[in-house]
Amino acid sequence: MLEIKDLHVRFLSTGKEAVRGVDLAIGPGQRMGLVGESGSGKTVTAMALSGLIERWNVDMSGQVLFEGRDLLTCSREQLRRVQGKDIGVVFQEPMTSLNPLMKVGRQVEEVLKIHTQASPAERRRLALEAMAQVGLPEPEVTYEKYPHQLSGGQRQRAVIASAMVIHPKLLICDEPTTALDVTVQAQILELLRSVSRDYGVAILLISHDLRVVRKLCESVAVMYKGRIVEHGDTEEVFAHPQDEYTRRLIAAIPKRTRHE
Amino acid sequence: MKIEHNKNFTVGAVITCFMLAVILVGMFWTPYDPNAMDGAAKRLAPCLAHPLGTDNFGRDILSRVIEGAGATFLIAAATVAIGLAAGLVIGGLTGWYGGWLDECLMRLNDAVAAFPSILLALVLIALMEPGRSSVILALGVLFVPSFARIVRAEVARQKSLDYVASARLMGAGDVRILLLHILPNIVPVLLPSVAIGFNNAVLAEASMSYLGVGVQPPDASLGRMLNEAQGYLMSAPWYALSAGAAIILLILGFGLLSEGLGGDAGA
Repeated sequence: MLEIKDLHVRFLSTGKEAVRGVDLAIGPGQRMGLVGESGSGKTVTAMALSGLIERWNVDMSGQVLFEGRDLLTCSREQLRRVQGKDIGVVFQEPMTSLNPLMKVGRQVEEVLKIHTQASPAERRRLALEAMAQVGLPEPEVTYEKYPHQLSGGQRQRAVIASAMVIHPKLLICDEPTTALDVTVQAQILELLRSVSRDYGVAILLISHDLRVVRKLCESVAVMYKGRIVEHGDTEEVFAHPQDEYTRRLIAAIPKRTRHE
Repeated sequence: MKIEHNKNFTVGAVITCFMLAVILVGMFWTPYDPNAMDGAAKRLAPCLAHPLGTDNFGRDILSRVIEGAGATFLIAAATVAIGLAAGLVIGGLTGWYGGWLDECLMRLNDAVAAFPSILLALVLIALMEPGRSSVILALGVLFVPSFARIVRAEVARQKSLDYVASARLMGAGDVRILLLHILPNIVPVLLPSVAIGFNNAVLAEASMSYLGVGVQPPDASLGRMLNEAQGYLMSAPWYALSAGAAIILLILGFGLLSEGLGGDAGA
């Protein structure tokens, strides 16, 4: 479904090459983790394939094929048709990824406004449905609330609802749990897992935290200095890390939780 | 702190409402016809029949202050409206797109801002012809740069926030993001500058009319009245005092309002 071939990204302003030849493939319904330390290029990779990098700021080569269409070279219009509808994105910081002055329900249904012809009543119905699915309490009430009236976990649920309401094929989650406390983290991961299972949504999870990846993803790719140094089945990688850097990453997990 | 801001806001609101009420009434009714001359009642000191006295043509000063405040208010409001509208467009475009568009428009902006404003307004008015609409247009142009700069900075700041990135990743178009997402979020920052801009516009209108390029006689405006009054500062001080007091009240009201707003936005 999504295939990244030899992706290179170089920032024109600094001349730094953040991504140096990444190959990845995600099939329908697959959950893949992309791990690495800050500056390893994992977020830039995600940005490149979601079309968030301004094309004139960077020099990109390679291919990002989504259902056969190259997202790097297609027109803005074509890209826009894929964004939101087929590829949804969940950011790290639920505090800032919602518009502070817009009711939560309106934000959940916004993607429907952009991509579908659904009537206002229909949009509202779908939004309420999505909000119920992600476990937001009393969707009817929450619909009318503003983001600052929700807790961090609820906001992240709202963000996931707004990405999921249109049932995309791929959900890119950039550190979706990093800003949340541990119990809420586990809930959000469980939510992502059930969403992926119920709707066959593929998930690309970007994280620096191997534990998070291990909980959610079947396969994992380890990035280091712009390259993928190891790639494979999650348990396999954990049990028999091939690369020196992966070994160091696994060794860095606090001991008490290593075998949870 | 909080109480103080609210006090500012309350006092400002009271003064502004009072002035607005006076102006509104003045549109339909004034004690006398502001332009009616009375040869028998020249330069009368304040009395029961003429609470603020009369001027050198025997015109009722209270009526003229009411009418003049209305004229000044409308010119200032129109000026701010022009500045704000153009500022929103320019600031929105430059802040959102950046790049060469930003460079070009903002340097042009700097050029306008670098000119001494009164001089530039005089030149612009001279190119047209003195009068109400010329003043509005000239002052409007002068007010664009400050609004454009504020809007640009705010749009650029909002642009980097995740909710805007989210909207983009939903496939929302630029116009949709700018109008629906960013605009409402910069209003709190804009409000105080609109109030301050309004004050500057009142002063600028007064200066223009005082210099004789604004509202033309026999029509009244506060600056126009100050101009006429300066010849009679000694013999009829109530003339200049009345017009001056009206300007002060207009500005004070909006100044306190903006102080209150700014405090709340910052809190």
